[in-house]
Amino acid sequence: MTISKLTQSSVDSVNPKINWARVEEADNFANTVKLYRQGKYDENSFRRFRLQHGAYGTRMTSDYAMVRVKLPAGEIYPKQFEKLSQLSEQYSIGSAHFSTRENIQLHWVVLEDVSEIFRSLAEVGLTSREACGNSVRNVMCSPLSGVCCDEKFDSTPYALATAKFFLRNPMAQSLPRKFKFNFTCCEKHGMVRMVDVGLVPEIQQIDGSEQKGFKIFLGGGLGNKSFVGHQLEDFTPEDDLLYTSIAVVRIFDRLGDRKNLARNRMRYLVNDMGWEKFQNLVLKERAIVRATQSVVTRLKVDTTTDKIKRPLKISDESGNSTPDGYARWLKTNTVKQKQSEYHSVFITLEAGDITSNQLAALAELIREFSSEGKARTGFVQNVALRYVHEDDLIPLYSKLLQSGLSKSGALTMTTTVGCSGTTSCNLALTNSHRLAKEIQRKFLELKLDEDDDLTDSSIKISGCPNSCAQHGIATIGFFGGGGRVGKDMYPNYQMSLGGRYDGDTMLGQTCLRVPAKRVIPVILKIIELFKENKKSEDTLKSWINRIIHDSEDSDIKSINDIKKILEPLVAPPTKDDDPDFYLDYGSDTSYHTKTGKGECAA
Amino acid sequence: MCCLTQSIKITTDIDSLRSEIRDNSIRVIDVRREGDYKQDHIPNSVNLPLATLLSDDSPERVLKLVNSMGIDDETPVVVYDDTFGALASRVAWTLEWIGHSDVTLLETTYSNWKSLGLENDSKIPEISNKEHSLNLQSDILATSDYLESAKTRDDVILIDNRERLNYLEQHIPGAVSLPYRTLASNDKILRSKEDMVRLFDNRGISGDSEIITYCGSVGTLSGLAYYALKSAGLSNAKLYVRSFKEWKNLQKPTVMQEDAHYWDLSAE
Ligand code: HEM
Ligand code: SF4
Repeated sequence: MTISKLTQSSVDSVNPKINWARVEEADNFANTVKLYRQGKYDENSFRRFRLQHGAYGTRMTSDYAMVRVKLPAGEIYPKQFEKLSQLSEQYSIGSAHFSTRENIQLHWVVLEDVSEIFRSLAEVGLTSREACGNSVRNVMCSPLSGVCCDEKFDSTPYALATAKFFLRNPMAQSLPRKFKFNFTCCEKHGMVRMVDVGLVPEIQQIDGSEQKGFKIFLGGGLGNKSFVGHQLEDFTPEDDLLYTSIAVVRIFDRLGDRKNLARNRMRYLVNDMGWEKFQNLVLKERAIVRATQSVVTRLKVDTTTDKIKRPLKISDESGNSTPDGYARWLKTNTVKQKQSEYHSVFITLEAGDITSNQLAALAELIREFSSEGKARTGFVQNVALRYVHEDDLIPLYSKLLQSGLSKSGALTMTTTVGCSGTTSCNLALTNSHRLAKEIQRKFLELKLDEDDDLTDSSIKISGCPNSCAQHGIATIGFFGGGGRVGKDMYPNYQMSLGGRYDGDTMLGQTCLRVPAKRVIPVILKIIELFKENKKSEDTLKSWINRIIHDSEDSDIKSINDIKKILEPLVAPPTKDDDPDFYLDYGSDTSYHTKTGKGECAA
Repeated sequence: MCCLTQSIKITTDIDSLRSEIRDNSIRVIDVRREGDYKQDHIPNSVNLPLATLLSDDSPERVLKLVNSMGIDDETPVVVYDDTFGALASRVAWTLEWIGHSDVTLLETTYSNWKSLGLENDSKIPEISNKEHSLNLQSDILATSDYLESAKTRDDVILIDNRERLNYLEQHIPGAVSLPYRTLASNDKILRSKEDMVRLFDNRGISGDSEIITYCGSVGTLSGLAYYALKSAGLSNAKLYVRSFKEWKNLQKPTVMQEDAHYWDLSAE
């Protein structure tokens, strides 16, 4: 070996356990793009192919794509962070984006470069295959699985095995529509009732011995029309997990609506058929699957436990003083794990965006501070380092400060979710992405992240009715549209209140339309009303919840009462009085709605 | 021109440079700032800060600088920097432009050289003047006038090497975006020939075309792209050395990606 081939080996790096990639898919993609550009591939088949490989179209152009890299169960390793850091600089905009479904996305990628990204991802075992299109999308798992105090057991290995089973499986290559699995630790932390298949680990005593299994919810989902999932049965033993999954996917494949694209998620099938009928069908189908497949098909669950090893510290920083802001950050960004002395540390990002340098910094911080040597992505466009020893929290915070990753509020209402909106999405009507950032900045400025009454609430903003930001389950949710005064248009949002995604999952109730530039004042007004009317134990969430269930006895008894109070705030001024009102965030030209071809159903 | 392989050699690898330094058969140019150079540098290298060159890059001035660095027509020259090869490329291109044919880029940056623990010192070598001839290679330079007329031809490809967001916001009509970062690999300023060929091939950038590169202001990032093209065997390349800054000052037409708020996706 020549000296130029030598590189310094850094601190111990844990390597990915599973290789999700197939490098030949890069060549195949490159060739297909060429054929498409030469007109030898028709528009529709190319789109299907592109989506199956994880590349979405981009707003108002066919030159660029968005590459959605799957992180099954949310797991991501230092080398993968480094690779994504490099890719975001090389092929994207110098930033990458954590999504709400544990994917990481590269936007504004030249279509002809997508295959180069695939090739590089393969070097670190990652793929974007079946991250879009009518396939089994990224299999999610709670970022707290394995460390949550309330979980029955760690469902991560089951999530990984399920992802492995369906990835590239011919059974799931052209479903009527996308299909989503979410695993969780406990019902409170998961998103199990808002998804096609949601799974909560359970343990039952059967014949005196402990049996692992799941509580399975089917047919939930968010979108233009949203539904809450139904529980299949009391308890599904782990041996039946795969059979149940196959049965559900098969039924959906057979009976799902392939014609009406707007109504073809499984939840519509469940709704049209009625839950009991659907439930029976699943149980019957499962019996068939079990009888015909049991010998060959097994879920390969790797339950060997991860090594937990506290990285050696080269320097002892225990004598250092506590940096400013540490207490606030500790309170709003960290959770104690069930393993004593260990914490999970959530990183506050703005609407999931992270720079190339920060991605590289995270790789180093994982090596230096996470005893499991990897990180987990979450449900709110974020990422967490777990197994951080309590004695390492101050040094970690100091390092986060240096990388601009030390903002507080990660586990509070401050973490506002915003879909891509007009930054890149073809269907967007408003710049929901920037609005989410603006709200978060305002909350941090007012130190609202420190307010205990607000921690369990959430704000989520979609740029059109399609719910990519999951606004329907937010305490305060918004979706974008256009408003009009005479000839002049302005960006406008429909606001809903009282959505939730915990054990009592429900959709919020429509309240009123709020112009983009009035969203922040309206949110602050709602908080003010809450403070005036709350009972001592109330949080914003519980207060709104009481109002929705007609059990509030103060002056504000209904969503309509809130609406009446807010109405004066949302009245449009004239264009002469307030020209800014008519501009969307991030824009200095007059607002108009403009959309291209949507690909959600493709 | 000594041989064919010489003309397509773009970078010098670390191992070769080390032995060439030992043989003292070469002139090494460090294009970092003077202060950095004085602290430490690759042994026996001379300093030509990019700013010094740019303060007047007329052929006569460049010739003087080249002579003062002890370079004649036959002296092999290797250039290095600490900015992913972009500044080194601009200097190398300038040498090529005045007619020096044997100039290559060090395959890596000075930081990486040092992090590998390779030799460096702070000695400033004694150099005696040499006489270089002037043989201007005008065909590797694109002026704004040239670009304006060439752009209308089918067989000309214009490449913008600035970062993607800058490109989306404003660029020369017809240009394609290829951010300079794309050209590098892990610790090399340019990716391997095979990777480079594939990258350009995917983009439909081929030898049938004349290719013009530009970047933000002084032709550094696009200088790197000029060498990237050559490394992939695409030698019909020109550098629009005054780049986008001049284009805008001349109030020539630009275009942008409309109807999208891409800046708001950046976490900077
Ligand atoms: C009618 C079309 C669409 C519908 C109904 C739709 C629906 C949804 C829903 C419900 C989610 C929430 C994730 C969940 O299930 O928990 C989601 C996620 C998402 N969608 Fe869409 N979507 C559509 C089109 C698009 C388009 C055109 C884009 C832009 C390229 C887009 C980008 C995203 C992103 C970035 C996420 C984040 C989650 C992820 O990683 O999957 N969607 N979409
Ligand atoms: S909610 Fe609408 S605007 Fe937002 S990403 Fe989805 S389709 Fe696009």
